[in-house]
Formats: sequence, C-alpha cells, structure tokens
Amino acid sequence: MPGSVPAVQRVTAPATADRETEARAWLGALRATGAERDEAIRRLHELLLRAAHFELRRRRGMLAGTGRETLEDLAMQSADDALAAILSKLDDYRFESRFTTWAYKFAILEAAVRTRRRAWQERELPIDPDAWTTLPARTLDPAEELLNRERLGAIIDAVRTQLSPHQREVLGALVLAEVPIDVLAERLGTTRGALYKTLHDARRKLRTAIGADS
Amino acid sequence: MTEPRRRHEHLVAGLLGPSGAELTCEECFDLLDVYVDSELAGEHADERVPGMREHLAGCPACAEEHDSLRDLLTTLR
Repeated sequence: MPGSVPAVQRVTAPATADRETEARAWLGALRATGAERDEAIRRLHELLLRAAHFELRRRRGMLAGTGRETLEDLAMQSADDALAAILSKLDDYRFESRFTTWAYKFAILEAAVRTRRRAWQERELPIDPDAWTTLPARTLDPAEELLNRERLGAIIDAVRTQLSPHQREVLGALVLAEVPIDVLAERLGTTRGALYKTLHDARRKLRTAIGADS
Repeated sequence: MTEPRRRHEHLVAGLLGPSGAELTCEECFDLLDVYVDSELAGEHADERVPGMREHLAGCPACAEEHDSLRDLLTTLR
C-alpha cells in the first residue's frame, strides 16, 4: 500500500517517543534547581532503593546471619551511591533505553558488589599454587571419557607452561575457587575491568594452546 | 547430563571462556540497559549489542547483574 508505515515501525515508534519524552522529563527535572530538582531526586532515590532491596533479596543466601538493620543500611548505601553516580553521569545517558532502566543498573551494581564483598569479608582468598597439580584428581570422575580427561590435561599443561604467575593466580582464584571478581579486585588493589582483561588474555592463550580457536 | 560431567563442563568453560569477540566489563555495564530493554521488547538484542552475549557467558558477575536487571524490570512491568 503506497505511503503506508511498515507494521514494525507502527508498533515501535510510539514506544520510542514515549521513552524519549519520559527521559527528557527526568533529565530536565534533575538538571533544574530548587523544589523541582529536589522532588526528582527524591523520586529517583525511591526507585533506586527499591532496586537495591530487590538485589539484596535475590542474594539473601549470601547474606545469611545479616541483621535487618544492616540490610537496610546496605540498601540505603547502595541507593545513595547509585544516585551520586547517576547525577555525575547524566550527560552519558544516550536515549537508547528507558531512563529508569539506565538508572536501575547503577543500583543493581552497587548492591551486588556490596553483597559479594560482605559475604567474603571474613574469608581468606583460597589461592593455592598447587591447585593446578591436583585439579584432575579432584574434578574428574574415574569413568570420565578419555577424551575429556586428555582435554583437561592439555588445558592444565597450558596453564603451567603458557601463563604468567599473575595470570595463573587470577585464573585460579576466579575459576577454580570462584572468588567473585569484585572481591578479588579489592584484595589485589585493582579493578574489575583490569582483572577481567587478565582473565580474557589467559583464556585466549589456553584456547590457542589446545587449538580451540582454530 | 550427570553431575560430574556438568561440573567438568562448567570448569572447562570457565578456563577457556567464550571464543567469540566479547565486550569488556566496562562496555558491558555501559550497554547493559540497552541490551536488557531490547531483550524485554522482543528485539534482536544480540544484533543491537554485539559481544554482550559472549561477555555474559564468560563473566559471572556481569551475568548476575544482567539477570537481576532483567528480572527487576520483568517484576515491575
């Protein structure tokens, strides 16, 4: 039909327009002054607190024994820090998602990181230099197929011969001991991004060594 | 799949990671909202944010945060 709008555009265009209108309203209010800004911040903080509570509830298994008051503090700190991050990054919002989705991710991140760090705060990092030596015996069922045993053996050989000591330490902590990356970053005085880069490079060396990338 | 086999596969996947090109953790956080909104809208999220699926397969922390954001929005909508 000449001049007709394709069905997909008819469905998505109003949704996109609504999303942009909503986002511009949020941004306008948060960049305003006085009572308008105060009210926008109050509403945004309320949303962030709800997201932080949601995240803490999901992770209550990691927070066993944590009192209600402490949980409330964790949620409030997460919402406060998320709000501060959002207000400093308003110019980074690009209208590619709903403004509230963009905002919620900051609260989820803050609450998730706090939960992981709290769950590990009394624990030593289980970094064992001999872990690679004993790994096959600990993880493989005797009845495991020969092919799988050989493959794991080749990976462990590559861990020993191809990786640097730091790469072995990071890979061991994150993959063997399943230390959360935020916890390891905090203990090693580095960032999550830097650790993941180390992990990524180590994995690439291992894949190359066993021919998994070819 | 038996439990020992599942653990073995999990271990090997963790050691080798995803083979395709993937985002960094910073890029993942930067685009997580776009990816999740696309998923929930039934759009082609992997085409809109290439490398996200691979990163989520290789980074348990980012994967947890992705799942949380998606589930929060699902609960609220």
